[in-house]
Amino acid sequence: MNILETDSLTRRYEDLVAVDGVSFTVQESEVFGLVGPNGAGKSTLIKMLTTLLAPTSGTARICGFDIRTQSSVVRRQIGYVPQMVSADGDLTAKENLLLYSKLYDVPRDERLSRSLEALKFMNLSDVADKRVRQFSGGMIRRLEIAQSMLHRPKMLFLDEPTVGLDPVARASVWEHILQLRDNYQTTILLTTHLMEEVESLCDRMGIMNSGKMVVVGTSDELKASIGNREATLDDVFIAYAGKHIEEAGGFKEAARARRTAKRLG
Amino acid sequence: MNIVSSFAIKSWAMVEVETTKLRRDPTEVLTRAIQPALWMLVFGQVMARTKAIHTGNLAYLDFMAPGILAQSVLFTSIFYGLSAIWEKDLGILQKYLVSPAPRSALVAGKAMSAGIRGVIQSFFVYALSLCLGVHLNWNPVALLGGVLAIILGAAFFSTFSLIIACIVKSRERFMGIGQVLTMPLFFASNAIYPIEMMPSWLKVLSQLNPLTYQVDLLRSTMIVGGPQGFPIGVDLLVLAISTLVVVVIASRLYPGLAQ
Repeated sequence: MNILETDSLTRRYEDLVAVDGVSFTVQESEVFGLVGPNGAGKSTLIKMLTTLLAPTSGTARICGFDIRTQSSVVRRQIGYVPQMVSADGDLTAKENLLLYSKLYDVPRDERLSRSLEALKFMNLSDVADKRVRQFSGGMIRRLEIAQSMLHRPKMLFLDEPTVGLDPVARASVWEHILQLRDNYQTTILLTTHLMEEVESLCDRMGIMNSGKMVVVGTSDELKASIGNREATLDDVFIAYAGKHIEEAGGFKEAARARRTAKRLG
Repeated sequence: MNIVSSFAIKSWAMVEVETTKLRRDPTEVLTRAIQPALWMLVFGQVMARTKAIHTGNLAYLDFMAPGILAQSVLFTSIFYGLSAIWEKDLGILQKYLVSPAPRSALVAGKAMSAGIRGVIQSFFVYALSLCLGVHLNWNPVALLGGVLAIILGAAFFSTFSLIIACIVKSRERFMGIGQVLTMPLFFASNAIYPIEMMPSWLKVLSQLNPLTYQVDLLRSTMIVGGPQGFPIGVDLLVLAISTLVVVVIASRLYPGLAQ
């Protein structure tokens, strides 16, 4: 069953079409990877799906609710972990969680138990009362995922969840994302630059380029589609998105990615 | 859960974040106490001696203490938008906005946080005033009126600042505008001289400035025998309505900050 359906979703900025008539679906309980070069429109797409940004035209439905006309209902169904470091460094892990349990209408008598459960699930029980400022990058990410699952969202959006993390921390974040899906049947849509991440995490993937969704499928399907079953996903990426991985994006996006990486590292 | 209690829980959650941070790192509140001290110790003492500003039966220090209190709250509140831009750059704002919390609850929570911060700051000005022999009014009802004046003033200017932040969106531009705004707001008010002394164009401006009503309310509640320019009811009404107006506007603009 489709939990997410987009219908010619489009976002224009003055002279630029950031997302250009994107239509695709995500099925319940799958991990869907969104890849593409910098500036391909991934972040803009996620912003629209999480109701942060109104589409110029087209729409999407999440759990059957329209992101344009039922945005406040949609917000109850989803969780979101932005690319940037969004946990509050001056608060403890537990305080960060309790804050969101209030913003998400978790009943009073469940706030603490759900926060502790989320901490345990993300392997952060030992540091519950430590300030997030002292956390490592991987711990911060896990805490942010914990924050976004407090209200048991049907669908979770992760914008480059492993950017700036070392391989060990990355593996731990991957493991927890998969556990989240297996234990709570949460559907996950994540963006990434790493084909390795798609390979080890995602059931299906979509490649975006210049605002368009170029192709969607499982990694095997995509490899077959370029006529080479021995191909790696990097080959697939280059075949669909071209070689200009480094060219697009621009100063703002590069600066932001580095800032995030610096703060996590 | 009904709408009112849900709104209150979310607004209060924002206030709790603020008070937790203040408790952990009170440096900013402490350094913010320096400026009012300078105004009262240096400017206030000198002006009191020159007797250039006619404040009726009131000693000049008694006259200016409420003005300086309002000023210290204004100078902190007017930079509140900066923290909103900071939260946008961090991604905290985006997460607030993806939650089902009504935007107005988030904005009202921010406004109340500024109010709490203002009340804490006012302890310093009160202590300073006490040391300088200002005739403070300790009547509980009067104190309550003073607290209300501080909270409403802080809420108004912090939300006004949030509106600017939502329009300019970047820290650099905001800093420029914040600097440009503070002094005119301060001088176009009755904070350190009475309205009667002003040229007529400034009189008009000062009567449009919510700071004037905040100072007026503080003056009539904080000081023994403090004069009343406007009736207390008018002060309260002007402050409450202007705060409500900026909260409504900011709630509309707040989501745009994340785009």
